[in-house]
Amino acid sequence: MNSTSNSTLNNRPKPDVESPLRALLTALIVALVCALLVSIAAVSLRPRYQANLDAERMSRLTAIVQALKAVRGEVTASAIESRVVHLDSGGYTDYLDPDIFDARKATTDPDQSIALAPESDIAGIKRRANHAVVYLIHDSDDQPSVVILPVWGVGYQSALYGYLALAADAREILALKFYEQGETPGLGSRIQDPAWEALWPGKQAYNRDGEVEIEIGGSGHQNDISRIDGITGATRTSHGVDTLIRFWLGELGFGPYLTRLRRGEL
Amino acid sequence: MAGRRWQTLTNPLISDNPVTLQILGICSALAVTTSLDTALVMTIAVTSVLAFSGLAISLIRAHVPRSIRIIVQITIIASLVIIVDLILKAYFFEIGKRLSVFVGLIVTNCIVLGRAEGFAMRNGPVDSMLDGIGNGLGYGLVLMIVGSLRELLGHGSLFGKQILLPVSQGGGFEPLHLMLLPPSAFFIIACIIWFIRRKRPEQQEQAEFRVRIGQSEDSP
Repeated sequence: MNSTSNSTLNNRPKPDVESPLRALLTALIVALVCALLVSIAAVSLRPRYQANLDAERMSRLTAIVQALKAVRGEVTASAIESRVVHLDSGGYTDYLDPDIFDARKATTDPDQSIALAPESDIAGIKRRANHAVVYLIHDSDDQPSVVILPVWGVGYQSALYGYLALAADAREILALKFYEQGETPGLGSRIQDPAWEALWPGKQAYNRDGEVEIEIGGSGHQNDISRIDGITGATRTSHGVDTLIRFWLGELGFGPYLTRLRRGEL
Repeated sequence: MAGRRWQTLTNPLISDNPVTLQILGICSALAVTTSLDTALVMTIAVTSVLAFSGLAISLIRAHVPRSIRIIVQITIIASLVIIVDLILKAYFFEIGKRLSVFVGLIVTNCIVLGRAEGFAMRNGPVDSMLDGIGNGLGYGLVLMIVGSLRELLGHGSLFGKQILLPVSQGGGFEPLHLMLLPPSAFFIIACIIWFIRRKRPEQQEQAEFRVRIGQSEDSP
């Protein structure tokens, strides 16, 4: 194309190009062609994008599961299932996407959370979201063998965020892992010590009557099936972990969900 | 003819650089230059959007009524940006995530609309495409210079490969955290502009007014 002669022509478009009908027609054609191209790109690239999203979510989940050390050996990504639990009823909901649901955001949103009365707010969290995302790990027979619950509460000087892994009977603790805390280094921060984490596997969270039994510190035998040693010099951090575990295992936490899970209703 | 096209392609690199002479596209130049790989991907994204928007707009320029020309240009540019964004998400997922909103914001990058309105509306498709590529590369050149300085001085690495060993890992290099903050890109771009205009005085602008200190006695 000869661009020099064109450019002089196009600086002064022919009058009919300027008519409202032409403008409408041009706009329509451009919009249609652009929409078509974008749609083709979106539809053809969607599977790859979705695969990337899934891979990312799975790598995050497997990292959590491996860090929990709740399961021996490698966990295949396909064995992990994430579900949204409605805490009050203890059932699953499908209208919230577990990949998108943001528990921390929901906690501060009045429409998605409840305020806790001071006497029942033992973990000191003030508000609790109506929903939570739990992770189920399936064994080779496709039965859930591990259930992982997100827990959080207030320690001595910071919020503690962690995951609690329970066995399929919803009683036996497999692991507790805090992934975010700002406690005093060397004292409260020892809740992330492998040595202290190693105290948790095998302990019983509930007694036969379904009451929360697990306890940090307190008196009792060291090998008591539901007692964990507190951390020396970090009394309030230990107390914070104790109350947050009791809160999230209790009626306002995952209590209703775990009860239904034990009964096999889900 | 070939010489003129070569000029169209290479002029925007230094003598008519969109960032240093036209001062366009500064926002994204600050945002994506903390590391070289994001700067490189952003360069490729902007260059392809510029090239194809130049081509497309130039092809239909005779049929676009002046009253809706900006809307038509923006529609074409926005569609191209969405397609580039989708390709990044599908094939360069990690780096696309780090570029986050800045890929979508190419729509508002003044260079793209500036070249569409300033060049592609008046020139043939081949020239417009070359002009787009040239401007994309000119933008990219600045991005790469800023990106390499910021990554080298801020992280001690280039393309994520450690070159200077920081003190925390037993080396002798103290990372300059200022380099990871947006203002450092301002300083570096300013130095580049100063350097170019020293070397090429014809790029220096005439002062629009004189800065004076003291009483303004003779003001009306």
